[in-house]
Amino acid sequence: MATDTITNGTVSRARWQHLDTILATASPYADEDYVPGPNTVSALESSKILVIGAGGLGCELLKNLALSGFKDIHVIDMDTIDVSNLNRQFLFRQSDVGKSKAEVAAAFVEKRVPGVKITPYNGKIQDKDEEYYMQFKLIICGLDSIEARRWINSTLIDMVDESNPESLKPLIDGGTEGFKGQARVILPTLTSCIECQLSMHAPRAAVPLCTLATIPRQPQHCIEWAHIIAWPEQRKDDLLDMDDPEHVSWLYQKALTRAQEFNITGVTYAMTQGVVKNIIPAIASTNAIVAAACTNEALKLATDCAPFLSNYMMYTGDSESGLYTYTFEAEKKDDCPVCGQLAQNIAVDPVTTLEDFLGTLAERAEAQLKKPSIRTEGKSLYMRFPPGLEQSTRPNLSKKLEDLVSDGEEVGVSDPAFAIQFKFRLNFAK
Amino acid sequence: MTEEAPRETTPPPLQPIQAPSAKERKYDRQLRLWAASGQRALEESHVLLVVGNTAGSNTSVAGAETLKNLILPSIGHFTIADSAKVTEADLGVNFFLEESSLAKSRAEETTSFLQELNPDVQGHSIKDPLHDWLPKQDSLKPYNLILLPAEFPIVDTHPDPETVQDLRLLKPWDELQAAEKELGDLSQMTDHDHGHVPWLLLLLRYLQHWKQQHGGQYPSNFKEKTEFRSFVRDQARTSNAEGGEENFDEACAAVLKSISPPTLGSGCREMFNIDSCTHLTQASANFWLVANAIKQFYDKHEVLPLPGGLPDMKATSAGYIKLQTIYKAKARADIAEVTDTVRKLESSLGRPEQIAGSEIEQFCKNAAFVRVLTNHGKQPLPELRLLKGDEKTLTKLPAMLTSFQSISEVFLAMNIDFIPSSTLSELKALEDMIEGGTLEERIDKAIEEVTRTLGHEMHNTSSITGGMVAQEAIKLLTRQYVPVDGVVIWDGIRSRTEIVKI
Repeated sequence: MATDTITNGTVSRARWQHLDTILATASPYADEDYVPGPNTVSALESSKILVIGAGGLGCELLKNLALSGFKDIHVIDMDTIDVSNLNRQFLFRQSDVGKSKAEVAAAFVEKRVPGVKITPYNGKIQDKDEEYYMQFKLIICGLDSIEARRWINSTLIDMVDESNPESLKPLIDGGTEGFKGQARVILPTLTSCIECQLSMHAPRAAVPLCTLATIPRQPQHCIEWAHIIAWPEQRKDDLLDMDDPEHVSWLYQKALTRAQEFNITGVTYAMTQGVVKNIIPAIASTNAIVAAACTNEALKLATDCAPFLSNYMMYTGDSESGLYTYTFEAEKKDDCPVCGQLAQNIAVDPVTTLEDFLGTLAERAEAQLKKPSIRTEGKSLYMRFPPGLEQSTRPNLSKKLEDLVSDGEEVGVSDPAFAIQFKFRLNFAK
Repeated sequence: MTEEAPRETTPPPLQPIQAPSAKERKYDRQLRLWAASGQRALEESHVLLVVGNTAGSNTSVAGAETLKNLILPSIGHFTIADSAKVTEADLGVNFFLEESSLAKSRAEETTSFLQELNPDVQGHSIKDPLHDWLPKQDSLKPYNLILLPAEFPIVDTHPDPETVQDLRLLKPWDELQAAEKELGDLSQMTDHDHGHVPWLLLLLRYLQHWKQQHGGQYPSNFKEKTEFRSFVRDQARTSNAEGGEENFDEACAAVLKSISPPTLGSGCREMFNIDSCTHLTQASANFWLVANAIKQFYDKHEVLPLPGGLPDMKATSAGYIKLQTIYKAKARADIAEVTDTVRKLESSLGRPEQIAGSEIEQFCKNAAFVRVLTNHGKQPLPELRLLKGDEKTLTKLPAMLTSFQSISEVFLAMNIDFIPSSTLSELKALEDMIEGGTLEERIDKAIEEVTRTLGHEMHNTSSITGGMVAQEAIKLLTRQYVPVDGVVIWDGIRSRTEIVKI
């Protein structure tokens, strides 16, 4: 093979000899659809891929995709680079702090791997419409937000048009926390989706407000008190910014003083940041593992060179036995509010007020809706928008559920964070 | 802005604010895992990557990816020993090379691109072939992590927080019993007080009651525990407002988990039986002196030192802090007893320096989860190509291959050169538990796949390997978490792992 690498702007094929050999030979594990050879390579090169998130997973994903032979990659991220990203987001340097993650990451990988085109978008996934998402062969998520995952999941499910196979966009999702992580493959409407699996990722139980207000016991309670009660009372004109050291210091001092009043020890600056920002520990190695597992699935989906993951791999790097993975098929739920046909059963106390019930929707593992509006088939119970309707439905908030709905009645709940409506069947607890 | 006004209500700072340093900010997300002590150990380390160059075992990409994952969290130094020159094929799999690297030393080029990841880390390279530099005296001296010592103790194993609670409900000490007695007659309490008795004291109270009615025995099996739980549930006041008796809910939820006698974990039991623990010398490592003192504690009290942690539970602030203080005081007393034993051992062994109190304290708090990895006879690390026809491993293959959902045929296929053909035929004829047929198809498929890809790397596979190796290196360097004992197989076709013990 010639050693001239770039001739007339094209990159020598010689660098891809490992990949080319693997994609040119038959595998005993591959599906029948797999036809090794140049067609597979060109199918791979013409597969347009979207990466959502250019953070810890995103940086790894872009590198892996570029070195797996993908040529047309798009990446979305709304964040700018922070100094605390540098311990794992290896495409960024100290001098990049403050710049757009998507733009810096894209430029770096484009330069390092000639021949790959990476198109960054510095913004939110919600800025884009179905037409935009329709252009991709598949989508990979490397996100730290459950909300954004749920949004893209419901959007992709909504896009599926049974008469058009191209409208089904496989979604590969990675996530990490410390030494643990997961990779999953979702075929919208066909397999278990993010929403079906939502209860596997239950939110941390919130501390009751009365504990914070009157009987704190833990340093975290004092920090939450400073955050939720002291700040809005004493600094209501300032928008809390956890990246502002003065704001964090204020909360820390408040929490510390309160802790001392109650003889509670252990409030630190780092803990204050951790609690208020809900910081999740993150390291390079776990991101590398999960991102490589995800990219491996992208390569399989784009080339058919091996069967893809069906459909969930859980990775635990800090188990008692050292390392543990569990690969299994998560089940599709008939009553999934997004991809299922049936309403989800939900047990309620009939004497609870509508306001309290709506409040619980944020914490219930199967719902996790923060700004719900609710209606029955016949009437609006509470709508946040438009203002006129909000005003006319507000009196219902103080009414008991039993005065608004009947036992077993189906309600629709919408939330501005999602394109779709959630269906619940309210069963009165006996 | 009117920032001043609201702050007038704030008392002056009680202590200067210790805002995080630049370094703490950069490494914040990992310090939350292995803390300053783990970080210090990482920063003091020097990791050597030796790249093999035999056909079919090119480790340069997995190695570079491993180093990336160690340089980012800031090891001190790294060195790449690789005598190869950069080829076109390297550019398609190794992210830490570029066009201009072609035909140059792969060690030097990879080092310089990796070095860019973190200015806090020093990179070095050796481009001489292994057989030239390795035999030189002390050539391995600068590096950590070369050979496993015979024993490798880990104190801070980071057990799952759910499993670490040790509350001694069945072995309460005097002060804890006194706190329960002080509650007095629960029926005389106001609703508020009744709803704020910590569940732990509720259970202590009702356990006494149970004991009296069951011939001095605590509930021991599942049936008795569920019976006890119903009894506890019946003691909650129904007149109390909704949510008023959450402490009873918490008590019921804790019954199955918390009512068991404290047991000695297998890791700790093994540690107590190791010679180094029972036979101390002046030169014994600190670890073994403390281990011996804890063993003496255990032999005397039949329990380990109390860790002293108390989970959050519904209670008044004062009530909770009081209970927490009782647990902390007991933990401190236990540490003091262990420390006393350590000091006696030190003086009888004539050791010149005292072991730091903080080291003893940490050991006491983690005693139940301490692990010692052993490597009897100081065997060198198994070679990458593992089997080499080793008899012991060969005899394990049948059980390994036929175990439930095993993917170990991949391991077999990767080591096929070392398997005698007669052994291979025997293995193929074994009955496959899952599919009801023989193993032949599974083994043949794996061999065919390994053969077709021989000598070829896929970046994703190298990257995942580099991630796992880095995690293991972090565990060994920080002496935290439990390392893998054996060889991890990654099967990217089925997206699964399996650990093979050699």
